[in-house]
Formats: sequence, structure tokens, C-alpha cells
Amino acid sequence: MNRIIDQIALLGRSGLDMIQAIGRATIMLVQAIFGRNTGHGSFSTLLAQQIYAVGVLSLIIITVSGVFIGMVLGLQGYNILVRYGTEQSVGQLVALSLVRELGPVVTALLFAGRAGSALTAEIGLMKATEQLSSMEMIGVDPLKRIIAPRFWAGVISMPLLACIFSMVGIFGGSMVGVDWLGIYEGSFWGNMEQAVDFRNDVIDGLIKSVVFGFVVTWIAIFQGYDAVPTSEGISRATTRTVVYASLAVLGLDFILTAVMFGDL
Amino acid sequence: MRMRTVEISVGAFLLAGLFALVLLALRVSGLSLNTEASTYRLYAEFDNVGSLTKRAKVAMGGVTIGRVVDVELDKKTYMARVVMDIDTNIDNIPVDSSAAIITAGLLGEKFIGISIGGAAEFLQDEETIDDTQSAIVLEDLIGKFLLGSVGSDDDSSGGDSF
Amino acid sequence: MNHHSDNFIEIRGVSFRRGERVIFDNIDMTIPRGKVTGIMGPSGTGKTTLLRLIGAQLRPDAGQILVDGQALSSMGRKGLFRMRSKMGMLFQSGALFTDLTVFENVAFPLRVHTHLSENMIRDIVLMKLQAVGLRGATDLMPSELSGGMARRVALARAIALDPDFIMYDEPFVGQDPIAMGVLVNLIRKLNSALNLTSVIVSHDLAETASIADHLYLIADGHVIASGSPEELQNSDDPRIRQFMNGEPDGPVPFHYPAEDVREQLLGDKR
Repeated sequence: MNRIIDQIALLGRSGLDMIQAIGRATIMLVQAIFGRNTGHGSFSTLLAQQIYAVGVLSLIIITVSGVFIGMVLGLQGYNILVRYGTEQSVGQLVALSLVRELGPVVTALLFAGRAGSALTAEIGLMKATEQLSSMEMIGVDPLKRIIAPRFWAGVISMPLLACIFSMVGIFGGSMVGVDWLGIYEGSFWGNMEQAVDFRNDVIDGLIKSVVFGFVVTWIAIFQGYDAVPTSEGISRATTRTVVYASLAVLGLDFILTAVMFGDL
Repeated sequence: MRMRTVEISVGAFLLAGLFALVLLALRVSGLSLNTEASTYRLYAEFDNVGSLTKRAKVAMGGVTIGRVVDVELDKKTYMARVVMDIDTNIDNIPVDSSAAIITAGLLGEKFIGISIGGAAEFLQDEETIDDTQSAIVLEDLIGKFLLGSVGSDDDSSGGDSF
Repeated sequence: MNHHSDNFIEIRGVSFRRGERVIFDNIDMTIPRGKVTGIMGPSGTGKTTLLRLIGAQLRPDAGQILVDGQALSSMGRKGLFRMRSKMGMLFQSGALFTDLTVFENVAFPLRVHTHLSENMIRDIVLMKLQAVGLRGATDLMPSELSGGMARRVALARAIALDPDFIMYDEPFVGQDPIAMGVLVNLIRKLNSALNLTSVIVSHDLAETASIADHLYLIADGHVIASGSPEELQNSDDPRIRQFMNGEPDGPVPFHYPAEDVREQLLGDKR
């Protein structure tokens, strides 16, 4: 009996911990966004450095994954659709799956693994080596100088990466479909154009990727900022970033899809 | 010097991202920037539109000349009313042209095909195409086929795509 | 500057707890102007926490801290910002910004708090680096420095704004004897040359005693002794003697609280 009550208490405690963590994360984000003092140096320079670290350095993994996913989609789609004689719809299949789902979701998952974990480790290490404290002692708010540029860099880079991923994937699909399997190019692109709507598909996919960028970056910087400043604490925080961010992306994807495409 | 490479690559990255978005818009979703201004509106009433939806294309001789904007039910006549936006360049559709709902392939998208009539007058904005052929509903067709009545009924006259 | 007090910092009845753990229980302390004050105690007694309280990075649960006659709790964001420009702090790990060069690290507080021209900043940075003997290292990144050099750069950064007050958090930990000697010398020389008030938090007895004018000994959240190094060395208090002589067991027990060893080893296994 006591054991059951202990378990319930444990559940309650972890629930409270989680709510507290969400509260701390929200306070951190609000202060990072609305604080003013960045010390010296323009915010755009700091932002450019972070977009480089978060976006440009993620470009290779995003492009390579995009090409391959597009090619696989093209091949799988062709093999199924050719049985019904509708292989010219491969373009539409590839484009719709990429633009609506795979582009934002896979990019966000890769982004969490590539950029999110790096952000957490970097900020955690800055905390462990007292760089954040010393910055505060000098009179610069680390939330503004360290956290804010990284946050905005993530929110800006994610949708761009997702667009690049989708576009590269579609070209990968056309490489397999048109150049290799011999689907007529006109119907490949034509079907795609007819099936994909700018407002309902491209923009909604873009909104998804902005939301994912926001959530993944937020989780990553908070885990770093809140990490226990030891080597073990940082490694656990990095793992948590990847796990939480991936789960958040997949869960949110379902909700967003239900809201955006559910009533179509 | 190091900062300069960072700035250049960030700039290139932003451009690449925007370029990808533009490609998605123009090449993939076929968005053209001046659709709004240069169309005129036609209506057509069908007995049955099948699974024709908004955004389906309107074609003449296989060439897309416009899009379906809306599909609604006319409460008085119980007919399905299809609202179409046609490219203003194609301003010479004869008034006695006919509209048919055609399926691309066996299971493909439905679209509206317009066959040209012979009248000297042309359709104007907000006018209605009177001569229409409804969608073939596959289930009806199969039902009729099983009953051996295919070809003896006028309703299946759209069966040329079969 | 208001010279109405001989004490640069006054800590009055400050209590601080982390969760259930009481770190400070109603402590009083004064840090005299222009002197080197050592705060010593066993590891884990919250010495670094004390520095954070003085730097207003943490707020006490009770009591007041006065810096230069002004209560920290009465300062707004701006007041704190100005107050911190008068304070330097040398962190345990040096805490150099790893993405900036040595030069930029030292220039950082200048760029934050002043509007000096680039030439002025360059001159000041070089002077500060000269003072710690590392003018040749301006273009190195922190990862290229040895531990002792990193701490000296951090010291140059801490004195970049010519502060009135400087806090050293465990400056001697993990230094080889030469680097340690260099640091001890620097701290002493800087204090007299720049007319600083210094606080050294440390558990390295000999080094701290050799440069401090005044020592505080804290343990279990209380100040257990204060006085000049000589006074403490000659004290009869067993707690002070234990710490000053480095005896393993005494009032600060060697054993972490546990049940009786015989009972635990021979008692029934449950």
C-alpha cells in the first residue's frame, strides 16, 4: 500500500517538476526576447554568427538527407503507382509528402540532432565554465547576449532549411522519376503543380517549420541554460534536448496537421 | 577576416532558403503572381459533379485555361453549380460550347474539359455554359455494366475516357 | 565616491538557503576598504555563494548586504549595472569567453561600460595585459592558453575597468607552484598599486594567509573566527586549530554522519 502511495507521490513530484521547468523556460524565453542590453556589438553580428553555426553548418546534412528521401519517395511511389498506370502522379506524391510533412518534420528532427544538441552543449559548457556568471558580473545579461541570438537564429534557420530540404527532395524525386524511370517530365511537374496549392500546402508547411524551429530551439537553449553544470549534467541535458525536441516535433506535427488539413 | 566568411555564407544561406521557397511557390505549386487580375468568371450547372473539387483545372483541348473556384448546390434547380475563373487571354469561347467533367486516367483527378461550339458569339464574364455533361460515377457505371445496359443509356455518354 | 565608511562591504545578518539546505545562517561580516580580506573554510561551505551574494547574482533570504554604503536590495537594474562596473571578479575557472580572443576578452568590459575609441581601448587592453605579463598573447584564443595564463588573462579582464573592488574565487586551485607564486604576487601588487579592496575566497591556507590582512573562517553556515592571520594561527579554539593545521579529525568530523560502525557491520542484515 505504501509503495503505491510512494509511486503516486513520485508521479506528483515529477509533474510539479515539469510544470516548474516549463515556467522557468518561459521566463527565460520572455527575458531573452524582451531584454535590451546586449553589451557591445550589434545584435545582427551576433545573430549572423549564430545563423552560421545553426543554419549554415546544418546545410550539408539537410541537403543530403533531402535528396535521398526524395529519391526513395520517387522510387517507392513509382513502384506502387505503376500498377495502376498512374505513375505520372509520382511528382504529386513526392511534392505533397515533402511539402506538407516530411520537409518540416524530418528537417526538425535532423535540426534537433545537429544544431539543438550543439546549442545545449555549448550553453551548458558556458554555464559550467562560469562564462555566463562572469558575463553577468561584467554587467551583460547572458540571456540577451548568449540566449537571444541563438534563439532567433534557430527560428530563422529552421524554415529556410525546411524549404531547402523540400526543394532538394523534389529534385531528387524528379531525378529518379523522370531521368531514371522515364516518367514524362511534363506530366511529372504538371501533376505536381496542379496538386500542390501555395496557400494550403506550401504556406502551411512553412508555418509548421517555423513552429518546429521555435520549439526545438527553445528546448535546446533551455536545456543548456538549465543544465547541471557538470560534465554528466551537460551530457544528460544534450540527450534530453534530442529526446524532448523529437517528441515535441512529432506530437505537434499531429496537432498542426489536424488543424491545417483535418477539415479538408 | 573570419567574420567576413561567416557573413558571406550566412547571406548565401538566406538567399538559398528564399530561393527554395520561391521555387516551391512557382515551380511546385504553380503559383502565378497575376492570376487575380486577369481572369473572368463563368458558371456551369451539372447534374452530378462527382468528386470535382476547388482548384481543379479547366482545360480546352488539353491545355489549362483556368481553375474551378467553387462548387455549390443551386437550391432551386438541385443542380451542382461550378464556378470557374478563366484566363482573360482566352476570351473567344463560343456561347454554345459544352463543359464536361473528365477524369484523368482511371482514378486520377477530375477536371472540366470545354469543347468548342460553333456560334459566332463568345461567352462573357458571369455567363453560364448551358451544355454540360456530368461526371461518370464509377460505381454507377459498374452497376450498369453488370446489368448489361451499358451504351443503352444517355447518362454514360462521357465514357470516351474509359 | 562616498567615503563615509571604512568598510567597503558590510554583510548584516544574512541568511541563505538552497532548498532545505541552510548555507548561511545569520552571518555578519565586514570587508575593510583598501585591504585584502581572505574568506576561508572547508570545501562546500558556500564560499562561492557568498561572492555571488555580494555580486547580487543571488539574493539573500534574510539580511542585508551593503556595498560602498548602499544596500544591494535597494538598487534597481541600472544601479546594479553601475555597481558591477566598480566590481571585478576572478572566477574559479577563469571563465574567459571561449569564442573571443584574449584581446577581445579583456576589451569586453570596456566596450560594455565605456564609449572609448578603438585606439583608447587598444591601449588600455595592452596595459592591462602588460600588468599580468601577457601582452604577447593578445591574438590567442582561450583554448590555446595554459590554466595559469588563462587565470592571468581573466585577472586582466577583471581589472580592465579599474574597479574599486575585486573578488577572487579560489584563485590558487589547480595551479602549479610557479603560476601560484605569480598569482600571489600579482594580487598583492595590484591591491597596493590600484588601491583596491580585495576579497579572496580560498581553502589554500598558506597562500591566502601570506597576502591577506584579515581572515574570516566560515563553517556550517557560521563565521567561526575572524582576525589577522597571526591571530588565527595562534588561536586555541579547536575548530580553528583543526583548519589551520590541517588535522583530519576534530570538531569538523572526518566521518560523514552515520550509525555506529560496529552496529552496521555486525548487526542483522535486513
